[in-house]
Amino acid sequence: MGKYSSWDFKKRDHDAKVNMNGDASVQVDKRRGRICEHADICKGYLDDQFNQIEELQDEVSPNFVEEVVALFFKDSSRLLANIERVLEKYPRDFSRLDSLMYQLIGSVSSIGALRMKNECTSFRDHCSDGNLEGCKRSFQKVKREYTTLKQKLEKYFQWLRQAGPVEQATNSRK
Amino acid sequence: MEKEGGSRDQFPIGMRILAVDDDPTCLKLLEALLLRCQYHVTTTNQAITALKLLRENKDKFDLVISDVHMPDMDGFKLLELVGLEMDLPVIMLSANGETKAVMKGITHGACDYLLKPVRIEELRNIWQHVVRRRKFDSRDRSYLDTDEDYEKPQSINSERGQGQNASGSSDRSMKPNRKRKDQNEEEEYDYEENAQENEDPSTQKKPRVVWSVELHRKFVAAVNQLGIDKAVPKRILDLMNVEKLTRENVASHLQKYRLYLRRLSAVANQQASMLAAFGGRDPSYLQIGALDGFGNLHSPATSGHLPALTSFQPSGVLSRPNSVGLGLQGLSPSRIVQVGNIRNSNNNPINNFSDFQSMNLPGSQHGNFLQGMSTSLELNQLQRHKRMQEANSGLPVGFSNNGLVSGSRDSSFVNVTNNPLLSQAHPQQTQSKGLGSHSTMRTLSMTTEPFQGSGEVSSSLADSDKCNESWQGAVQLTGFADENIPSNGSFNHENLANIEANLLAISQTESNPLKIPSCNLVGAAPHDPILGRDIQSEVSFLGGNTMRMPVAIEGASRFLNFSTAGTSKQKMEELKQDFKHEINYVFSSFPSSSNRTNIIIDPFTSTQRLNDFNSSRNMDMRMVAQTSINAQIVAPHCKIDKSCTDSQPKYKDEYLSSNSKLQDGFSSNSFSFGNIGNSVIKQEMDDIAFMDGDMGCDFYPLGACI
Repeated sequence: MGKYSSWDFKKRDHDAKVNMNGDASVQVDKRRGRICEHADICKGYLDDQFNQIEELQDEVSPNFVEEVVALFFKDSSRLLANIERVLEKYPRDFSRLDSLMYQLIGSVSSIGALRMKNECTSFRDHCSDGNLEGCKRSFQKVKREYTTLKQKLEKYFQWLRQAGPVEQATNSRK
Repeated sequence: MEKEGGSRDQFPIGMRILAVDDDPTCLKLLEALLLRCQYHVTTTNQAITALKLLRENKDKFDLVISDVHMPDMDGFKLLELVGLEMDLPVIMLSANGETKAVMKGITHGACDYLLKPVRIEELRNIWQHVVRRRKFDSRDRSYLDTDEDYEKPQSINSERGQGQNASGSSDRSMKPNRKRKDQNEEEEYDYEENAQENEDPSTQKKPRVVWSVELHRKFVAAVNQLGIDKAVPKRILDLMNVEKLTRENVASHLQKYRLYLRRLSAVANQQASMLAAFGGRDPSYLQIGALDGFGNLHSPATSGHLPALTSFQPSGVLSRPNSVGLGLQGLSPSRIVQVGNIRNSNNNPINNFSDFQSMNLPGSQHGNFLQGMSTSLELNQLQRHKRMQEANSGLPVGFSNNGLVSGSRDSSFVNVTNNPLLSQAHPQQTQSKGLGSHSTMRTLSMTTEPFQGSGEVSSSLADSDKCNESWQGAVQLTGFADENIPSNGSFNHENLANIEANLLAISQTESNPLKIPSCNLVGAAPHDPILGRDIQSEVSFLGGNTMRMPVAIEGASRFLNFSTAGTSKQKMEELKQDFKHEINYVFSSFPSSSNRTNIIIDPFTSTQRLNDFNSSRNMDMRMVAQTSINAQIVAPHCKIDKSCTDSQPKYKDEYLSSNSKLQDGFSSNSFSFGNIGNSVIKQEMDDIAFMDGDMGCDFYPLGACI
């Protein structure tokens, strides 16, 4: 039956593979890019954009994903620190807060950090409402998401390394 | 990044893209995506760098992708600049997908607007924008700025960006066609005249339309007649009744004109607000109208800050009571003033425009003074005389307070205050490509944004970075001014003269050294004999930055040393710094000024000058020289319209380019006077000794200093 489109099938298959091997397996899904959807490690935390990033990694830039992620964390920690500072010093300066968060959202969405992006968006909503408490709460959530994501990705990369270069090498560009 | 010749042929493979985004993550991603599409990519995280790269060689890139939200320059501004100067397709990138944001991008001329995160599929098709533009260019394309990077080695604006044209159009394939066409075209500035000589448009590529002063005047008249809201190309075309002008020409010109107007109004608003901020400044500043108020100057002056306008006021006065249209008037001292104010405290608010403007503000505000000056220049010469008297009286007050004089850090521009003319002259010059007085206005009108940099700069003279910032601001300023410049063509010397006269008057009448803020004597029109006064408007007034704009005043004695006359050495230092900042600004503003202006940054001289200034009346000359210098300086960089008559956009470009130039100069050396000198000074400065950035401008020994 056509219950599953070919894509679904792949996905199902993909998921099955992942689940079967649990954490340790790094399935190469040529169709979707090198690494399967972050297995269970990052499920829900990263969206398809992250896949795109992974797909950009190739022989020419073999560590692309890690580089981008490292860049992201470095830059976003700076932005977060800025926001925190402004929240302390000029808590009512919503336009400034909004503008800072806007910058953060740019890179958050570029990296595909779904949950973090959602929290950032709600932060901006609070800003436009002039809701300081809401902002502070949102900000805490953003920071939490940030920390969680960082941990997950670190784990992920460790995982990849353990999986060995073989799989990665065989991964071909789309 | 060199383009491999082979890759070019396989377009779009190898298409050269310049990617600008301050976010490192996004930039890296974008680069990877573009590389994956087999484009050739250059990345930078600063808009300033991007502009620099683009200006270096117009033919180096095919397309620009830029983020909207950037710290050093607004993405839209970059977009406009690129569109005007280099005429390259620009794609905006943003995380904000709201309709109004997208609309803004389109109205600013973006050929596409992408949302972050960008997907590779979207990037695969961006080459269409390049092709589309090329095609359009080959057809009848009217450039306001004849000196577009494309074609026309013999571009109309020979003065301007020659180099730019030489680089050829980015459309390589079209180049040969264009060149041929260009060569056939005789229309340089006067489209109408050559209309007959043009090839039959229907069968050949239409020659580029040069928006000469007359043409533009007709255009503006038609637009005004119809009402800016109702002005549609078809009707404008009908009203203008110019042969061989197509609707497309008019349409694109109209678009630029609208952008220009918008900028002007933004600037004006800013000024207005700045003025308000300064407290009681006379809103009339903005109008510059009869400045009769030198008194205004006073007020600001006293405050040390010199609220941007106040100092500027004099300029208004200078220009002339009637201040007719001279740019100054429009410039409204406010603009200038604005600059000044900012100085005092790194206030950003003023930064924007006022900063620039007030740059020159007497004493504290340097900034725009130049600008103001320029406008004043425009003012009638006759007025000048009168004004001068007034100015003198007025100035003293202002000046003394001006930071300029006292090297107060605040206003880098200090200079200006006294010599609104002077400084203004410059900005105006540059701007007024043809508009004359407006030029200053233009600079002023530059949006406040630019000023941000400037404002701050002034305050921190020592901070070269600031200069850069201000520079930015300045640049921006110049961009705008277009509007104001009435196409009177020629930035007139007269104006300059007027301004100078005013300045002189100011300085002269006052027994005390008018420390005319190192106003930028904008190189007002090339030697204006009237200017002969010794308006040594040294651009250097800018406080620290003694940018002396070596106005090419013929024999003009020297620059108006606006730098606070009588300032002690120490002050000079301070002024210098301020001046530096200001100069940065000034430079930027000048870009278009008459060829002659040379901007000389000479902190030291400024002080001396001031002294001299007072005594000498050759302000005008200086001013003129300065402005001319500016023009000169700018010329290489931007396509400065020789004839002020050029359409405004030209000015903008010039400014931009000049600004960029200045920026380059400045940024690289924080004060790189030398740089400026090199680039700019080359221009003629007939008499100006200062050219080449050597501080030793032959300024008019101020002696008594203001």
